[in-house]
Amino acid sequence: MAEQSAHDTAAATPMPKGIKDPSVFQLALRNKSVFWGSILLALIVVIAAIGPFLTLDPVALNPMNRLKAPGEAGLFGTDQLGRDVFSRVVNGARVSLIVGLAVAAVAVAIGLFLGLIAGYIRVMDALIMRVMDGLMSIPAILLAIAMISLSGATLATVVIAIVIPEIPRVVRLVRSVVLTVREEPYVEAAISVGTPVPLIMSRHVLPNTIAPLIVQATYICGSAMLTEAILGFLGAGIPPEIPSWGNIMSEGRTFFQLTPWIIFFPGICLAVTVLAVNIVGDGLRDTLDPRIARNMR
Amino acid sequence: MLTYVLKRVLMTIPVMVVVALFVFLLLRLAPGDPAAVIAGDYATAEDVQRIREQLGLSQPIIVQFFNWSLQLMQGDLGTSIFSNKPVTELIAQRIEPTMLLALTTILFSILVAVPLGTIAAFRAGSWVDRSVMLFSVGGFSVPVFVLGYILIYVFSLNLRILPVQGYRSPFEDGLGPFLAHITLPTVTLSVIFIALIARMTRASVIEVLEEDYIRTARAKGQSEFKVLMRHALRNAAVPIVTVVGIGIALLIGGVVVTESVYNIPGLGRLVLDAVLARDYPIIQGLILFFSFLYILLNLLIDLTYTFLDPRIRY
Repeated sequence: MAEQSAHDTAAATPMPKGIKDPSVFQLALRNKSVFWGSILLALIVVIAAIGPFLTLDPVALNPMNRLKAPGEAGLFGTDQLGRDVFSRVVNGARVSLIVGLAVAAVAVAIGLFLGLIAGYIRVMDALIMRVMDGLMSIPAILLAIAMISLSGATLATVVIAIVIPEIPRVVRLVRSVVLTVREEPYVEAAISVGTPVPLIMSRHVLPNTIAPLIVQATYICGSAMLTEAILGFLGAGIPPEIPSWGNIMSEGRTFFQLTPWIIFFPGICLAVTVLAVNIVGDGLRDTLDPRIARNMR
Repeated sequence: MLTYVLKRVLMTIPVMVVVALFVFLLLRLAPGDPAAVIAGDYATAEDVQRIREQLGLSQPIIVQFFNWSLQLMQGDLGTSIFSNKPVTELIAQRIEPTMLLALTTILFSILVAVPLGTIAAFRAGSWVDRSVMLFSVGGFSVPVFVLGYILIYVFSLNLRILPVQGYRSPFEDGLGPFLAHITLPTVTLSVIFIALIARMTRASVIEVLEEDYIRTARAKGQSEFKVLMRHALRNAAVPIVTVVGIGIALLIGGVVVTESVYNIPGLGRLVLDAVLARDYPIIQGLILFFSFLYILLNLLIDLTYTFLDPRIRY
């Protein structure tokens, strides 16, 4: 199964070399879900980038204006300390996007490195894969909670705590690609003419991992945003001084029956953002990885 | 067959060792002084020292690991710093709501997701199929707790047909109150699980429907319902069961959140209380407990195939 996938991926992703064949990204953008998902995502990124300069101070207290309904004070109302929920939600977008991107980038980088080693160096394979099996059996949220409660909650520790449980999936993916590519005639040919291993890796193996890794990275990005929010909601995430969608919702719990919108607004924003990321991921999978796509369609 | 079963059972040992080693190193390799972090900002030097002793952090690391593994193999998951009770005892006190919630969720998810996925596969490309796929993308995107609060808002606060929060034991309070309290948490937790299983069921049934024996079954005039039930679904079962097993990891994370939203006094709440109280041995014990449970359940599922599916022979 995995053998086929890598082969088809290689065939379906023409790697431009010399000839300007601008296919991959243009092809991807021709896909409806990639197109609309990207537009939605771009909009959220713009809001996160410039929004905080245009809104009120998200941490300014205003005890006179506590728990006001949306419209009564500010677009999304105020929380129990009189802070403007709208500015908090806009600021929270930054945390989600940063965490999503950082986790995806770091997890892919580490996973790619370990996956290449496991796939190419037989001695390391068993060792790395047993460690990954073990890591995969530890529930991700509990592991993250444990790591954060040991090292204290900062943006960096939250990112690391979410990255570690994501690594095994990347390693498995990369390894399966490497294992199939190394049996390909063109790799055997390269070996037979004495191409050094690093060159085989960068010229023949690495390009084959790019397409599945891009797809995997978008899914990791989406699930990292969800995990960050869950950690924040449980009170084990980004510290309350930095508004994040998770900790806004966490603070909204006390007065949920009175002011449910404090949970609903950031919740809807989070769901829409993750949905946009997942839609892009599904679209990319359809265009970049036709074999999985055939099964999923 | 027997060698396969034996081999599969033995394969779980290195995985468990890795889990144990990882959990052990987590505390020792944490940046800074974990004893100080656990003790909190207002702790005195004596408090920190006492916690360090209690966690066994003052001995050489090899001795620590040896003692710790020895305890673990005797079923000792450690002792709570604050209540001084063994973690296994605390788990036993809180396990009932969690296990029942997990059970109702798995049952409900399978009952909803397998028919949904099968119909979607049978009518691939139709509006039914598209709405199932849309639901499954949405199910992966909506955070569990937001969904929980939306359901509480609609069914408990506005329609007032279900209780807001809390838990009733079926053994002490009766089945009615139990079901009333467990319904919303079950639905909340099921959504992501349904999304996962429905997707896999659909993919798996679509693949099986292209097989020759399906064409044969249709050619001999078997009704479409029988083709689906007897030939397609039965042959598509293995990947579906596998995904249920893998999904248990997802379920464990979801249980913590769901219990927190609905105020259910289960293992998830035990974790959160431990986080607030900085009672690390409880967190560590629960990680070990859930990880081993996950490994054993997946072992059980793998072994079940060999009995259910006569084609799998090793």
